[in-house]
Amino acid sequence: MKSDKSKLTFWLLLSPLILWLATLIILPHIGMFFVSLREKVGVREYETSFANYAVFFNEPLYWNTFARTAYMSIAATLLTLLIGFPIAYYIAKLTRGRTKTTLFLMCLIPFWVSELVRTFGWMILLRETGVISQVLQYAGLVNGPVEMLYNDAAIMTGLVYTSMLFMVVPLVTTLDSLDDSLIEAGYDLGGTSFSILREIVIPHAMPGIVSGCIVVFMLSLGNYLTPILLGGKDSLWFTGLIYSQFITRFNWELGSAFGFLLLGLSSLIVFLGLKLSGQSLSKTMAR
Amino acid sequence: MKLKIMLSTVAIVALSTTAQAETLRLLTWGGYAPDEVIAKFEAETGHTVEVTKSNNEEMIAKLRATNGGGFDLAQPSQDRIAGPQAEFGIYKPLDLSKIDTSLFIPSMLEAAKGNTTYEGEVYGVPHIWGTSGLIVNSAEASDIKDYTDLCNESVSGKVSYRLKRATLTGFAFAMGMDPFAAYDDEAAYKDILDKVEAKLIECKANVKAYWDGGDEIKNLLRSGEVVAAMAWDTGGWQLNADNADINYVAPESGALGWIDTFAIPARGRADEAAYAWINFVMKPDIAAMITESAGNFTASQGGDANVNDDLKQRYQASFPQEAIDNVKWYPVVPAGLEALEGAALDRINAAQ
Repeated sequence: MKSDKSKLTFWLLLSPLILWLATLIILPHIGMFFVSLREKVGVREYETSFANYAVFFNEPLYWNTFARTAYMSIAATLLTLLIGFPIAYYIAKLTRGRTKTTLFLMCLIPFWVSELVRTFGWMILLRETGVISQVLQYAGLVNGPVEMLYNDAAIMTGLVYTSMLFMVVPLVTTLDSLDDSLIEAGYDLGGTSFSILREIVIPHAMPGIVSGCIVVFMLSLGNYLTPILLGGKDSLWFTGLIYSQFITRFNWELGSAFGFLLLGLSSLIVFLGLKLSGQSLSKTMAR
Repeated sequence: MKLKIMLSTVAIVALSTTAQAETLRLLTWGGYAPDEVIAKFEAETGHTVEVTKSNNEEMIAKLRATNGGGFDLAQPSQDRIAGPQAEFGIYKPLDLSKIDTSLFIPSMLEAAKGNTTYEGEVYGVPHIWGTSGLIVNSAEASDIKDYTDLCNESVSGKVSYRLKRATLTGFAFAMGMDPFAAYDDEAAYKDILDKVEAKLIECKANVKAYWDGGDEIKNLLRSGEVVAAMAWDTGGWQLNADNADINYVAPESGALGWIDTFAIPARGRADEAAYAWINFVMKPDIAAMITESAGNFTASQGGDANVNDDLKQRYQASFPQEAIDNVKWYPVVPAGLEALEGAALDRINAAQ
């Protein structure tokens, strides 16, 4: 009797999560999967087939765009890690009390405005008649207006800026848990700064690095606003393709297939990343 | 006791009035439902209006997602009704007896009725018409006379257009072909598209950025970052008010003419209010108010009489009689044609 009761409590407590997952994630995906298997053969006529998936692999344009999106996202992730690690180390190890809170808050402040506003901010800075271009002209460093918007570097800037917080937070948490005495012991045993970083700090921070990288990679890969607004005429992004299939081409079938391919391929890249770094998902999430 | 009876009478009266006064959920374009027109309509009829601003593709996508629900009146372009209706069944036939047809310019009404007929039923009546052509900054790019001139060396890096079907159509005409005549012949249309695709890929080096929204292109032109663009007439006239060098130009091969209509979504719940809105905004004085706000003229009989002279002058400057005669009005887009165009646009976008 008692175990029945505790079972009931368990299911009741779990039900919001199950409802959330089932209604907002699993059911829509099942629906999308069936849509992706429909091949349009005529007006209001559909057949079940894998034709939409074949389109992705047969048309180099879609495949190239995916590859481009993936490698740009990986680059953005690595860049965020390179910039975020020293910041996180400084916050976690070299500051105490109020300074620490202030620095942490400064990482957080850009997220008080929406992503759209942040991206427009970058557009105002980077455009040909924008702030940076005018400052450079005023300082006499360049002769004419410079265009810094509408290229891949602008996308990269936007992506790194947008995802910095999601790298810094897990890094600070893991670095916080590293006992200072371990670093002191490293120096006592004659280690150099570099060897201590390599042998002690990074191995300890690895779970934070991996979870930060996963989040940043997924955010960049699935980002829509930043690449569309900052990117130029050559800067296709895979999510933009999915949007145009759904909205401007009325081709839900192909759009759904693209959605599933994005899900599958991004999972594959994360899996490969975990294997390469010798981490497992459970180990990363447990820390 | 008396109080109770009174209260319940009040409640019944309140209920019955809410049953008559409906909420009209209007899916339209920016500027087509100005606040002062809504206020007048609400005061006159008791209905309330909720406006959602959108564009052709989004209107169809939104209505498709709900099988024609969620909105009570939509304003797609006349060429984009019969095709989506055949594919998705998102509209319901209009009851023309509920529309005061004497308010419309007869030729436009007949043309729109013909173009929006599917299986013998009429699905749309005209509201606002306009054109897309070129907006040129004559101080810096006086040699731009036609769409293909956007590929000239002289304006390299200072050009913008949309990656939409209008661009494919405009370039096809400027290259001396007639895409509209090939609408029913898929092979011929594919052939035209291939040529236009090659031209647009070659022209890509000239483009600063492909624009998406009307405000985006106006910003680019106003700041001088772009000196020639393919865009809507109203944008050009608005810019002309601020900077006399910039104006809308009807291209030599002909401006592309569109007519936005009224169509009732299949699962719209406030048909009464929808017909009331149509009859209300087509009145000449209301139509003039909408023209001032949207910048485009309406299909209302006599609706241009009360429009201010500035706008009329700009219109006449851009459209001498031969340019009006040369406007290419979009015919009905056959179902499935847009898939071909979509693939071409994707390839242009991806080309290096």
